[in-house]
Amino acid sequence: MPIIKGLDKLVKYNDRSIKDLTTTPTAAGGGGTGAIVHIKTLTASGDSTLNFVNGASGVVLDDTYPIYKIEFINLHPSADGDYLRMNFSIDTGSNYNVSKITTHFYSGHAEADGSTAVAYDTSSDYVGTGDLTIAPSVGNDNDQAFSGSMTLFNPSSTTFVKHFISTIHEAHSDNLAVSTYVGGFVNSASAVDAIKFVYTSGNIASGKIKLYGILDS
Amino acid sequence: MAIRTAVNRALTEITALPTAAALVNGNLTLLTTATASSSANLTFDSSIDSTYDSYVFKYYNIHPGTDGKQFQVGFRDGSTAYDATKTTTFFRAGHDEDASNNESYLAYRTDSDLAQGTGAQRVGIFVGADNDQCCNGELHLFNPSSTTFVKHFMARTSNNYYVDYIQDEYMAGYCNVTAAIDGVQFSMSSGDIDSGVIKMYGVGDIQ
Repeated sequence: MPIIKGLDKLVKYNDRSIKDLTTTPTAAGGGGTGAIVHIKTLTASGDSTLNFVNGASGVVLDDTYPIYKIEFINLHPSADGDYLRMNFSIDTGSNYNVSKITTHFYSGHAEADGSTAVAYDTSSDYVGTGDLTIAPSVGNDNDQAFSGSMTLFNPSSTTFVKHFISTIHEAHSDNLAVSTYVGGFVNSASAVDAIKFVYTSGNIASGKIKLYGILDS
Repeated sequence: MAIRTAVNRALTEITALPTAAALVNGNLTLLTTATASSSANLTFDSSIDSTYDSYVFKYYNIHPGTDGKQFQVGFRDGSTAYDATKTTTFFRAGHDEDASNNESYLAYRTDSDLAQGTGAQRVGIFVGADNDQCCNGELHLFNPSSTTFVKHFMARTSNNYYVDYIQDEYMAGYCNVTAAIDGVQFSMSSGDIDSGVIKMYGVGDIQ
């Protein structure tokens, strides 16, 4: 007869190794170095903006992780040819106006063939405090959207600028397959603690943005 | 019998056992490993569904049976064939091993993309088959189970171009279908995959 109700089953499932426990798992999930820990998923439904703000709604965006990864899953714009842009905050979302500099190049190919390119895009790179483009001219046919990912390095640093890189693939409004590669940095020594995403003309009709932390050693 | 209190007597509060997915080391879940041995193809025909929002295929030391052939991928969209319609882009950076020649380049490659094509898409081009040559990289497939949107994918491959160049190859595109993608197949354009490993992972949290 178990000492505590159900204990016999718990011991069975743990192969009796419960006696060997020496530490408790971390809140981060107990993964090893490089493990990807899901933090928050935002699901769009006609939203004007989507934000990750440290300390709000379960979001962690601080020195808990040295690297953060964001995945974009089928972000569908309400307006055809819209630009998905982003910005950073150093005051937990009160203002999204930090200084940034980016590069932006792309590779494109028309569904109708004949139009191919790999090129730097001077109209989409950025220097300034406004919103920067990571996915230009996204189509809004019913089956069009973009997906991809972005990595943000050490946002909590108060010494260095904050680097980020994104790789996106989109169904362009002109029926092109377009992959875009953006790299840049937040030109501030203040910690970045919030990120916003916005379509410039309409809204984010649907899609998901998922925030992950990558565990350090 | 002594009961250890490592969890602050919370043992009595446990009401459910963790799932296998929750116990994975991080949230990159290995689903399938396929190992080539003079294989005509390496095929992933299960576990690609709505469980995850995205999937990653990591390919290691893909060594072709025939020199200078294409390492390529096809997607299954409802039938038994891996022939989903695709529009893709392909560009690469390259550098000659021969220091005296020292050629380098960054350019689009029009013979390696597809415009609404149903054939296999090149992932690594003209892979060398010298004993020490191969290609490595990863392919990311987004939301394959969607029946609303096209299915985006992106790959980056480090490749021993068969004339002894290193090539850093970027391929991206979408399956221009609204049917779900439920299978992915890798092969060489001619000859076998002599050796190599491809691992398929589910990314992140379960939907």
